[in-house]
Order: sequence, then C-alpha cells, then structure tokens
Amino acid sequence: MESDYVIIGGGVVGLSVAWGLLRRGRSVTVIDGDDGSFRASRGNFGLVWVQSKGMKQPQYARWSQTSAAMWADFAAELGDNTGHTVPLEQKGGYDLHFSEETLHATIDTYETLKTQLDGNYPYDVLGHNALRKEEPHIGPKVVGAILHHQDGHANPLKLLMALATDVRKMGGQVLTGQTVVDVAKPDTFRVTCKDGLTLCADKVVLSAGLGAMQLGPRMGFKAPIRPQRGQVLITEKLPKLINRPSLIARQVDEGGIQIGATNEEVGMDDRVTQPAVSALAGEAIAAYPALARAQLVRSWGALRVLSPDGLPIYQESADMPGAYLVTCHSGITLAAAHARLLPDWLERADIAPNLEVFSENRFDFS
Amino acid sequence: MKTASTFRELTREPRVEVTLDGEKLCLPDGANLAAALLVAGVTTFRKTPVSDTPRGPFCMMGTCFDCLVEIDGVARQACMLNVRAGLAIIRLPDAQVPNAET
Repeated sequence: MESDYVIIGGGVVGLSVAWGLLRRGRSVTVIDGDDGSFRASRGNFGLVWVQSKGMKQPQYARWSQTSAAMWADFAAELGDNTGHTVPLEQKGGYDLHFSEETLHATIDTYETLKTQLDGNYPYDVLGHNALRKEEPHIGPKVVGAILHHQDGHANPLKLLMALATDVRKMGGQVLTGQTVVDVAKPDTFRVTCKDGLTLCADKVVLSAGLGAMQLGPRMGFKAPIRPQRGQVLITEKLPKLINRPSLIARQVDEGGIQIGATNEEVGMDDRVTQPAVSALAGEAIAAYPALARAQLVRSWGALRVLSPDGLPIYQESADMPGAYLVTCHSGITLAAAHARLLPDWLERADIAPNLEVFSENRFDFS
Repeated sequence: MKTASTFRELTREPRVEVTLDGEKLCLPDGANLAAALLVAGVTTFRKTPVSDTPRGPFCMMGTCFDCLVEIDGVARQACMLNVRAGLAIIRLPDAQVPNAET
C-alpha cells in the first residue's frame, strides 16, 4: 500500500492531521493501535482551554487561542460532513480558587501574559458573590474565580467519532489493531507493522501519543515525553447545575458532571485509586456542595502525553527528512489548529504557521 | 395471565409492604427491587433530567443508571437493592438538582 502520508497514531491528534491533509487532496493511511493501547483520546477531560496555557511561552497561548477560535467552525464542518454533531460550548470557563492568595497570584501571572499578548487575553475576576450569580450552586468555600472568555468545552468522544468517520469518508485508510515496529527510509518511507504489513509513503507523521517514546528515537527524534496520569469521575445525569466548565468540574452535554483530574507521575499505569477518587470528589463537593448527593457512575484513569515544559512538539526529523513528530498534551483544544493549520506546515506551504518555538531543540539534552 | 405486567414472578418469598410515591405495594421480601417493581407493573422509574423522557431498568446489573429511584433522600439504583419491609421508594419528581443538605 502506498500513500502520500502515513500517520502513526489514530487518536484525535493523528486524525485531525489526517483530516486536514485529506481535505488538501493528499492520500493518507492512518495506523491505529488497539484497546490495549494507552489512548488519551478516549480518556480526556474535553476542555477547549486557553487560560493558564503558555504562561512562560506566549506563542503557546496564541496557538491555543488560534485553535479555540477556529473550533466552532471546525466542529460544524465535521457535523455537516458526517451527521455526527460535535457538541461544543464556548461561553467562557473558570479557574476556581479557594484562597484569595492563589487567586491574586494567578491574576498577576495573567496580567503579565496579557501584556505579552498585546491585550488579547479577555478575562474577568469574579468575587464569590459575582460568581454565585453566574453559578448558583457554587459553594461557600470558593472565594472567587477567573472567568476567561476564550475557554469552553466539547464532547471529546464525539469529536473522535466524527473525525474517524470523516477521515474514512474522504478516502483515508484507517488500519486498526496495528503496532508499528519499524520505520525506515531507504528511498521512500517504509513503515512496518508487527504482523508484517509494510506501508510506503512520501511522508510520515508520528502522532502516536506515548507510543512515540519508543518509535521516536528510531526515527531521529528525541521525543522527550512522559506519561502523567489523570483520574476523572463522572456522575449520573443531572439537571443543569454547572453553567461553565472549570478544571475541577464540568457538566457535559449529556447531563453528567465530569470531575477531574489528578496529576500523577506513576509511569505507564492508568488505574484508578481510591484515595485519588475520594480527593477529587471532595474538591468537587467543596466547589459545588450539591454534588455530595450525586451518584458517581464511573471513574477512570488516562495518561497525559507530556513534554518537559508541557508544550507541544512539532519537529521534522534531521535523520529522516519528511518524518514529523506531532505530540501534545492538549489534543482536544488544538484539534482545530492541527486540522486546519498543521497540514500547511507539513506541506511546507508559504502560509504555514511558524512553529519554531515548538521544536524539540528547545530542550537541553547535553 | 397477568395483564398489569409482562414480567412473571420467579420468587415465592413472603411479601412485605413498601411504599412507592406514598402508595402501598406488596413485594417479595429480599427480591431484586427493580425486578419486583417491574413485576408489579411499574415500568417508568424516573424521567431523565436532560430530555425529560421516561426511563426504566435497562441493564439490570448496575451499569446503566436508568433505574434510579430515591430512597432515604439518595438516588439509588433499584437493580442493586433488595426489597425489605418498610422501604419508602420515591420516583424522582421532575428534574431536580440534588439537595445540598446532608
């Protein structure tokens, strides 16, 4: 089998890139793993999020803002093409605070970033009473919140489904249950799977999430990524209780309240633990006391894909020109940018975004 | 032949009195509550708080959360409970945010 691009990794990141390339008329083969793979696309929190990102690198804040601004149009196109609506709400999101000190420290950092972004960082600080007008169920322990108007949330599973459907509809080949064991470039690229299947392509995109830890170095990347576990909970479906999402809790379009998330450095272990579930529930109840009586339906763990500074890596291989590493923590937020803008970078178009700051050369490997 | 329910009773346990929305019902002691209610002709256990459409037991194994009823002020899965005397079962009224008071 031969195609213009082989994309290694069929999660939201890989499929977003595949979608954008197919729309440009490129032929694409996507190689996806199986249910035993660590799949961040199936376990994430679903935020389309801007605030707090890029505090040390305004370019990352801009990149997130760019994607968030394109998201509604992108979701609408996916919905029109596939008949699978991708629920999205972008009417702002909160950073909730339980202490005045952390609230003010955060405002200080946001003000610095706002200046670096030429003022494009629309947020309001809400004291408890102002917040209570917006969120009648907020608890007394929440002293205030930062309401950032560029934040929102989506249904990430429906995004995945719409992407997977549309990629196939546009003629993309999606191979599932495959594990890539080797990538070579004798002339064109040859991508070999565990079962012996070999695929040829002019270019290869490595968007395999944590799978890039192993494959990356063989393709000339440093791929300095690591897993970080996030445990999340979801309640029974409830009537409207939370109007806007936060990192603590969001009410999904189907009514359940998703509660998140831990940040745990535990290696390749995506299990849930009772202490973490209790702590998450406790924090959510402090924010929204009514949740004390809600029934939890499920809890699960998933592994974030993190670079040392938490920013994405977009890198062409020096050893294998035409091979690209695309990896990030925020595949949902960045889905629109990956679908609409990243193909220009892969195709070396004049209008390609400048992604220099996201090169892995930024890391010191000495 | 029963006309009230399409479900047939399997248990021959002695019956005990419970209430459903305040009305008395006699159900087999120790039976699965969701099953016993179905046999008694109760098919709508609640309405979804999102679309306000009727729901009843679907999976009967604790997964779907469609058989929620309120007992002692807490939403519980009827399929995960046994019938016992004096149980006061309330079908959740229209969409309500759970009471914050504990």
